[in-house]
Amino acid sequence: MAAKSQLCSIWLGSETGILKGVSLSKKQAFNFCEMSHLSRDQEVCVMAWGDTYESEVLVGCVNGTVRTFSTDKGIFTGSRECGDPSQGRFTGLAVTDSSWITCVESGLVKVWKEGSTESDTVEINAGSGICRMRQNPSQKHHVATGGKENPLKVWDLEKPDKAIFTAKNVAHDWLDLRVPVWVRDIGFIPDSDKIVTCTGHQQVHVYDPSTPQRRPVMEAKFGEYPLTALSLPASQGTVVVGNTHGELAILDLRKGLVRGCLKGLAGSVRGLQCHPSLPLVASCGLDRFLRVHSLEDRSLQHKVYLKSRLNCVLLSSRELESSTDVTGDVEEVKAEDEKDEDEIWDTMETVTEKSKKRIAQEEEEVVTGGKEKKKRKVAKK
Amino acid sequence: MDSTELSTSESVSKKKKTKQPKRKIKSDNEPSEEMDRTESEVNENNSSSGASFPPTFSVSEIKNKQRRHVMFLKLKQEKRKQKLELKKKRKKERAALGDKAPPKEVPKTIENQRIYDETTVNPEDEEVAFDEGTDEFSAYFNRLTNPKVLITTSDRPRGRTVRFCEQLATVVPHAHVYYRRGLALKRVIPQCVSRGFTYLLVVNEDRKVPNGLVVCHLPDGPTAHFKLSSVRLRKEMKRKGKAPTEHTPEVILNNFTTRLGHSIGRLFAALFPHDPQFVGRQVATFHNQRDFIFFRFHRYIFKNEKRVGIQELGPRFTLKLRSLQKGTFDSKFGEYEWVHKRHEMDSSRRKFHL
Repeated sequence: MAAKSQLCSIWLGSETGILKGVSLSKKQAFNFCEMSHLSRDQEVCVMAWGDTYESEVLVGCVNGTVRTFSTDKGIFTGSRECGDPSQGRFTGLAVTDSSWITCVESGLVKVWKEGSTESDTVEINAGSGICRMRQNPSQKHHVATGGKENPLKVWDLEKPDKAIFTAKNVAHDWLDLRVPVWVRDIGFIPDSDKIVTCTGHQQVHVYDPSTPQRRPVMEAKFGEYPLTALSLPASQGTVVVGNTHGELAILDLRKGLVRGCLKGLAGSVRGLQCHPSLPLVASCGLDRFLRVHSLEDRSLQHKVYLKSRLNCVLLSSRELESSTDVTGDVEEVKAEDEKDEDEIWDTMETVTEKSKKRIAQEEEEVVTGGKEKKKRKVAKK
Repeated sequence: MDSTELSTSESVSKKKKTKQPKRKIKSDNEPSEEMDRTESEVNENNSSSGASFPPTFSVSEIKNKQRRHVMFLKLKQEKRKQKLELKKKRKKERAALGDKAPPKEVPKTIENQRIYDETTVNPEDEEVAFDEGTDEFSAYFNRLTNPKVLITTSDRPRGRTVRFCEQLATVVPHAHVYYRRGLALKRVIPQCVSRGFTYLLVVNEDRKVPNGLVVCHLPDGPTAHFKLSSVRLRKEMKRKGKAPTEHTPEVILNNFTTRLGHSIGRLFAALFPHDPQFVGRQVATFHNQRDFIFFRFHRYIFKNEKRVGIQELGPRFTLKLRSLQKGTFDSKFGEYEWVHKRHEMDSSRRKFHL
């Protein structure tokens, strides 16, 4: 179990409550669960890395528990009650400085400290109908929430009374009707203050809290179906979105145009994540497949069938294709090659002599050929 | 001049067998005009007299339609003869070898050559069994609910669709047909749920002919959208029997092998009550072949232990899955579990999804 979990570079949570690990180099998927205790109560809603070394995976379930899974040991090491199911499902899970931040659909954002003391918990009420809560990767105490008829709000956990930024809705449309708000997923653009959101009304908005303008700085539209997931790749200026029809698109953030579509998905996209350094994006959804596309040429690199509907995906920062065993083999092979090459170079001396002879012969041939050619020319004349 | 006339007429008559004797006479009359030409004539005569044409010749070069047709028929006959001879020879060889004969070659069909689908369900798979045991149909399969079906159409249906709905209601037990009256499905569904319906069937009509079917499992179940084609009503059936009775039929689901196929199969199975009444001797079949689902309704009778007679009653139709949506009918904001994307999924003739 431990060996298997150390191999896995992609982690997925499914609707049946099973945590799946996929190792792309070995082309295998592993289930980490107890088959006898499966129940739909443990359906995975959110997943997050427990620490920066990515040795722990936090799994948030429908029944309100957050379970800790250790990738080194390959077992669930703990479970903690973080809220009750009456408040809705988890919509966001994040980790700061040894405390967990959870958000549920009813809008309650709560910070859970390591010890089980109930005091000193910071609580924020972000309004009802929250669909997503995300943490700013560069400023860990900033958290953004958004939902159905609940505009984007950025909260600072040290000042939980009021949001530092509340977005304003776009202007009325061409019929002078209010445009409905439904924030489905949020992303923080690295190296800047900007925030990208995708909505259930096929829009992608970019907000800039540093400017006094609370309305979106840029708006883009894609497709005819609600956008469910969003991810920012390592290269700047683009965003990958997925919708309920299984269409994945790469949008350009400067002009709001579609750069390209990633083909292959047949079902709604539930989880989307870009690799932190490589130009790869992993997507999972209701069609029970994990697909890894390359962002440069938009081709499908890997496709893995996992038998349950998948809810969330988590990529590890290391190289997806490599694992400890494989690198060892590669090094050994290289060493052998070098030894062989030395031997070859030793034996090559005789060969080089022959080649010299050959070159000499070729020169002679060229000379003779030239002479013949000259002869022919004479004859024709 | 004469030689030129000869050559042109010969080139024209070269291809016509009927003019052969005339050509021979001509060549005899003028034997030594030009050496090259006579040689070519002789060659042509020799070649044509053996009833085999130069290899570059094909039947389509004959401009006269009747003669071309005659030549084509002759060609076909020859080919058929050769084929029969080959067959006879092979049969003799087989008989001669007896037991040592190599096994008979199975002809390749598209079903034989089907690309293996990785989502094919393995019966011993625990995870899939758990998934199916706890999905939206679990209430039916655990015998907690009985099916109750509401059949309706798109707005203002015409002739064929109305009769099709009535016949569907006779085939599916506990089915009620309601006139649509332009109501929105999203508002109809909560009312159905409150009245205890488990299925909503909407037959879509286009130009007086039914062409689509939306099957929605009610409490919060998946919605499948099908393309409906080849609808034959009872009066168009040959040798149909009496009308289907009220007995619950048996259900046969054929060839639903993949995970998606399983979901659709269960969707159809949950339309019918659990215990079929064998007294009624009626059976409803959903046969999946090449992603098309064929529905037939038969009455059977056992003549003796080995022979069965069947009589087709009831409507017959063909379905093709267009999309499977999780949750009740919500085409704009619902999440799709499977959508048929023609350009991506139909690129191979041997790949099927159900």
